[in-house]
Amino acid sequence: MLKQIEGSAAVAESVALCRPQVICAYPISPQTHIVEGLGKLVAAGQLKPCEFINVESEFAAMSVAIGASAAGARAYTATASQGLLFMAEAVFNAAGLGLPIVMTVANRAIGAPINIWNDHTDALSQRDCGWIQLFAEDNQEALDLHIQAFRLAEELSLPVMVCMDGFILTHAYERVDMPTQEQVDAYLPPYEPRQVLDPANPVSIGAMVGPEAFMEVRYLAHAKQRQALELIPAWAGEFKRIFGRESGGLTHTYRLEDAETVVVALGSVLGTIKDTVDEMRAGGVKIGVLGISCFRPWPTVAVRAALAQAKRVVVLEKSLAVGVGGIVSNNVSAAYPGSPDNVHTVIAGLGGRAITRGSLQKVFDQAIAGKLDPVTFLDLDYSIVDRVLKREREQRRSGPIAEAILRELGVVAAKIG
Amino acid sequence: MFQIRIHGRGGQGVVTAAELLSVAGFREGRHAQAFPSFGSERTGAPVVAFCRLDTKPIRLREPILAPDALIIQDPTLLHQVDVFGGLTKDGYILINTSRTFEELGLEEFASGFRPERLYTVPATEFALKHFGRPLPNAALLGGFAAATQQISLESVSAAIREKFPTKVAEANIAAAAEAFAYVTQQTQEAASA
Repeated sequence: MLKQIEGSAAVAESVALCRPQVICAYPISPQTHIVEGLGKLVAAGQLKPCEFINVESEFAAMSVAIGASAAGARAYTATASQGLLFMAEAVFNAAGLGLPIVMTVANRAIGAPINIWNDHTDALSQRDCGWIQLFAEDNQEALDLHIQAFRLAEELSLPVMVCMDGFILTHAYERVDMPTQEQVDAYLPPYEPRQVLDPANPVSIGAMVGPEAFMEVRYLAHAKQRQALELIPAWAGEFKRIFGRESGGLTHTYRLEDAETVVVALGSVLGTIKDTVDEMRAGGVKIGVLGISCFRPWPTVAVRAALAQAKRVVVLEKSLAVGVGGIVSNNVSAAYPGSPDNVHTVIAGLGGRAITRGSLQKVFDQAIAGKLDPVTFLDLDYSIVDRVLKREREQRRSGPIAEAILRELGVVAAKIG
Repeated sequence: MFQIRIHGRGGQGVVTAAELLSVAGFREGRHAQAFPSFGSERTGAPVVAFCRLDTKPIRLREPILAPDALIIQDPTLLHQVDVFGGLTKDGYILINTSRTFEELGLEEFASGFRPERLYTVPATEFALKHFGRPLPNAALLGGFAAATQQISLESVSAAIREKFPTKVAEANIAAAAEAFAYVTQQTQEAASA
């Protein structure tokens, strides 16, 4: 059924269609509307049997999800930003124990300086925790990916993170096609745990493992993620059969035919990139797009195939490996069959900085002209940076950086871009 | 594509206005996208929300930099925020005020635009009259429907009904209808002048 609703409301409805039995929640922007929506459904008796547990922190949220999942319940939670960091220890535990929890991460920057706006630093900080990480391009894909996530998680007995851009998607009203309960039931069978805490058949979960077996347990986590590389496209195919649309999978390609320049990105910025690419294609530029839907496991083979003909690659990412450059671009470089010198990193949109078609086209033009640096910061105001550096050279007590920059900028919220 | 930018202050229903507009567009079979400027919403702080209407799916996620229409819910923003930034020469402006463009000191600015597309609407007065609270958003959407004819008053009313409980919805619909009539009358007077 077609609906015009907020992204968070669409995800809440979609998660409810997956019949979760335990939802634990701690509010943090920009995720809050999702669990609020689910809370209302549980309170109204529209989602049952389901226990909605308000917890005292994100660490508790993931711990409760672990307990619920180990007891055989289909468990769901959602978080963002500092919330994800606060639960980090339990996030690793969920993966290490092989518990099929599904969690939405409404992507948001990490402080300091505190910032509630969107980028991918939160999810990418957890890239090696053992969870599968899927990224949604729009709200339709966000809601679809949750349905696929439960199927995938339970099939593999691994947790899955569905990442959607905070505010840009979570707070956007757009058209979505909401599936029926019958469709979701046909795709997602009841949860059959591989391991369960059952008093009638006692086991312990979470044993201490010494040097004699730790490597093997970790290797099996890696092997399962490699299995996911086959299952993710298969389950996306099955999804298409039942729901009638393409969603998820490992990668999305766009206008790659004869493309000499390929732009690689994750998440909602792909829409703006595609519009920019259409304009450049109309001007005769051979440029295309590779969207990464599955960031963990990293789809090396699919990325290599998509980039096989590319003379140059521009990786546009909303994250920064401080002291290195790009995170996504490091992965892309390792999969690109050409020279790593032809892979350019463009760091963009940190802390919610708008990414516009104008700025994208400029940076793509520079790449094509061979004038793009290996690492570029899109729309960075170097005059501000230079003034801070000058002050630091001249004064020992140069003071806090963020506050000084804000003072220089003057009125906040006066700018639209 | 038709792009609308709405300026106001936290608490005036700016984000809700953009959402309602998108629902109205959707009801008419259009693709519509509404999103806020993502501030940490504080009552009274400047807020911007955006709405795009199109006949095909909308992929673009940048803020609206060159709007086709501007709705300004609070005229005190005129001197604080670059509310007119990027407005197209054929663009529409609706300002919530009981004063005229001349009285607001915008005569010179307005001369660069098509005069029949510039409106002031006493939306807060309409809201107080029908609703009892100074929330001008619904009334301005009625005015927007009349000024631009991008969407019908019926779709605006249906969107309001979808969002709010009956009593609140009907009061807002009455305010929207009065603003619609007010703008329609301005248009007719301008045409016959």
